[in-house]
Parts: sequence; structure tokens; C-alpha cells
Amino acid sequence: MNDKALSVRNLCAGYHGSEVLQDISFSVNAGDYVGICGPNGSGKSTLIKIILQLLAPTSGEVSVLGTPQASFRDWHRIGYLPQGLQFFNPHFPATVDEVIRLGRLSAKKFPKRFNRDDAFAVDRTMEWMGISHIRGAMIGELSGGLRQRVLLARALVNDPALLVMDEPTTALDPETRESFYKLIFEMNREKQCTVLLVTHDTATIGKYASHLLYLDKKVVFYGSFDDFCNSAEMTGFFGEHGQHLVCHRH
Amino acid sequence: MNLNEMLSYGFMQRALIGGSLIAILCSVLGVFLVLRRLSLIGDGLAHVTFGSVALALFFRLHSVYMTLSIIPVVLASALGILKLAQKARIYGDAAIGMVSAIGIATGVLLASVAGGFNVDLFSYLFGNILSISSSELAIAAALFVIVIAGVVMFYNELFASTFDEELAKSSGLDTDRINMVLVLLTALTVVLAMKVVGIMLISALLILPAVSALQIAKGFKTAIVSAAAIGVVTVICGISFSFVMNLPTGATIVLINFAVFLCAFAARTLLRHP
Repeated sequence: MNDKALSVRNLCAGYHGSEVLQDISFSVNAGDYVGICGPNGSGKSTLIKIILQLLAPTSGEVSVLGTPQASFRDWHRIGYLPQGLQFFNPHFPATVDEVIRLGRLSAKKFPKRFNRDDAFAVDRTMEWMGISHIRGAMIGELSGGLRQRVLLARALVNDPALLVMDEPTTALDPETRESFYKLIFEMNREKQCTVLLVTHDTATIGKYASHLLYLDKKVVFYGSFDDFCNSAEMTGFFGEHGQHLVCHRH
Repeated sequence: MNLNEMLSYGFMQRALIGGSLIAILCSVLGVFLVLRRLSLIGDGLAHVTFGSVALALFFRLHSVYMTLSIIPVVLASALGILKLAQKARIYGDAAIGMVSAIGIATGVLLASVAGGFNVDLFSYLFGNILSISSSELAIAAALFVIVIAGVVMFYNELFASTFDEELAKSSGLDTDRINMVLVLLTALTVVLAMKVVGIMLISALLILPAVSALQIAKGFKTAIVSAAAIGVVTVICGISFSFVMNLPTGATIVLINFAVFLCAFAARTLLRHP
């Protein structure tokens, strides 16, 4: 059994001729919780887009859950939670139940029809996340925090082996953000789901992630959080105060 | 004139059946198009239909032959809009505008060069469902089955990519294929709808039942079913009312639809702020 959730080798990528990722290589073991951080324009979101095949790399190789991207078909084993919906329309006529069920489409073959198992999976996920009471509510009528929770439920409805999140809590207040991260941490521990989290929230990385990937177009640091906290690079990245903040769990 | 008498006419029966089938197609596809901000693709394809009708009249093709001959032209134009938007680095609305203008220009040019069929062309601008023949109704029924089958087979994929295209892509859905299916189904529907409301008002039949339904719907399936119901009721009312009052059918259908939209909007406002 291949225990690598993600393997990236000599990856280069960019937009319209400018290179955003320059020859990056790293691998993630199954069950790891990896925090991805770096300054704006460092290539964090570009990396996520390449992992999800939303963007093609200019060169390099990526294997997801032990399969090279070109032959990867197990989309139901990946859950994705974006910062927000691309062009969210608050009047979109979809219920919470309908949105979460869309997550089950990735496991279907054409014609993609839902069945009882899907209804059961949706019920179970909503119950686990404590959102059963809003199943009939319209997605556009929910608060930002609840809406992100629903999108997380959509990402988790297949019990994914890899959960990819791109700044999922930007629009949330600190209290909601904390409960959101606790939920993801719980899932990482209980279900051994590998987590890739892009965030500027370095305190969160310090509290929950087992590994840190620091990008600045290249891999500046990648390793366990303990190594990171004891490394000389630490102060350079975050300063003295940042060091205390990020590593406070140690 | 009473209802029985009106329904005893063969042309009224054909108009009501054909109009209802086309209303269902327009309303169902309209929900997807409106939510994807592609409402005006109906207008663009209608203008292409205008050029295609002129071309068909130029070659003296009428009735069923005309419908069958313009379908491939409109389908190709629909694909052209998609490809222009994807490959030529221009926005979707600009692609629609370009194809639309080419359609109109072709129609005007052919009408001017050939002469003699301007009156026929004019009748297609404003539609005349009452003149639908049995063979045209058969074509409409066949296309209805094809389009509805397409929507049913791709329903969940269409819903997913309408909700959020990036999320749909990240689930492994082929969103380019889904967009192509939607645009091709719309092109077929536009060709049919030309007979009901005419080229000038096709986009109204695609947009109005959908936006009325979106005012009151509590879920995606509800929105689709409500739009279809509004489309059918307004087309039946429009055909009947225009026949009794001797009014233009297409315009009557559109204005009834607008009245329904105002009612739905008022109902929504009152329910939210009693």
C-alpha cells in the first residue's frame, strides 16, 4: 500500500509566462495535517489548483493518493473547500441538503443519479457536523460561518482521504474560525484524513498542523512542526513574537 | 366564444400542445441560463436563427424543411460562441454579441439581395404559433423529447456546474462538456421557440418564467418545476387570450409572463416583510 497522500516532483507553474512555482518538490504522508503558508503571490493557491487539476503545470509530476494525475479518477477521495464560492449568488435556489448531496457526484458514473446511499451519507455528515436542523434552509440565507460549514460538509460527504482547503476561514469571526478548525482537527485525528490547509492564520497552523510547508515560489521550509519550531529559519519567517505565537502549543 | 368552441379548432389544439412543449423547454433551460448569467445567449442564437431563416427562404425552403435546415446552422453557431469565449480570449457576452450581429447582418443582406421574401421573414420576427402545422408539431414533439432527455441525463451535472463551476471541476466533472450540452440544448430550443413568440421575443420566454420561479422557489428542483408550470400556464393563457381578443400571440405571452413576474416579486416581498 502506498502511504503517500501527495507527491510533488520538480513542479513548475505560472500564468501568462510568469512563473509562480519554481521547481518545487515535497511529499505528504497519509494522515498528515499540512499547513501551507507564505506571502501573497507565493504560489499557495496555484499549488492547490494544480493538485485539483484546475490548472495545468508547465512541468513536473504530481501524484495524488498514489496515482499520477494523468490517470487519477478517484475524485470522491478528495474533498475541496475553497475560500468561498467563485461567484456566489445569494439568491441561488439551492437547499443545504441539495448542496451537500452535490459532493456525492464525484463518485458517480454517467448518468449521475442519486440513490438511498447518497441520502444516508448526507444525513450522516450533517449529523456529525451538527447542521441537520438547517437541511431545508436556502444556502444564500445562511450566515458566512454556516455557509462554510455546509461547504465543508459537501467536501466531507464522501469521507475523503485528502481534504484540501484554500483559506477557508477568511470571512469568519474568530469564534467561528476556532470551532471550524477544531472540527477539521477532529476529523484528521478520528478518520486519519490527510489535510492540506492554505492559510495566513499562522496561529492556527501552530495549533493544529503536524507539518508546515512554507512557500515563496520555492519551498523555503517543509517538515514537521517540531522541526520548524526549533529551526533557525523560524525567527526569520515570523520574528520573535511570531515564534511565540506559532509555536505556543509547544 | 366559449372554451369548447375554441378548443374544437385543430389549429388551436396544435398551438396549445406545441406552445406548452416549447414553454416547458424554455422555462427549464431558462433556470440554468439565468443562474449562469447566460440569459442573453437566447437572444444571440435567435438572431442567428434570423439569418438562418433568411438563408432558408433564399433557397425556398419552408415549413418542416426550414426547421430542419436551420437546426445545424444554429447548433454550429452555439458551438462557435463557446469556442470564441474559450479560445479567442474574449468574454462570453462579447462572443454572443459577435455571433448575434453576424446572424442579423446575414439576414438583412440576404433579404436585400434576394428581395421578395421580406414579408415571410417579418412573420418569423414575431412568430405565429397558430399557424403551426401537424408536421411542425411532430418535429417540435421529437425535439422536446431530445432536449428533455438531455436535461434529465445531465441534470445533476448541470446543477453542480451552475452552482459553482470551480467546485464542479474539482469534483472531476467535465465542465466544458456540460457547458456544451447546455448551449446545444438551448440552440435546439431557440429554433422551436421561434414559432411561438418569434425571433424578437425568444429571450423573454427563456428568461421570464425562470426569473418568476426564482422569486418564490425554495430549492433547485422546485425552481425548475415552478418555471415549467409558469411557462406552460402563461403560454396557454397567452394563446387563448390573444385568439379571443385578436391580439398578437407572442407579445401577449410575453406581457402575461411579465405580469406573473410582478406578482411573484410582490409575493416574495410581502412574505419577507409582512
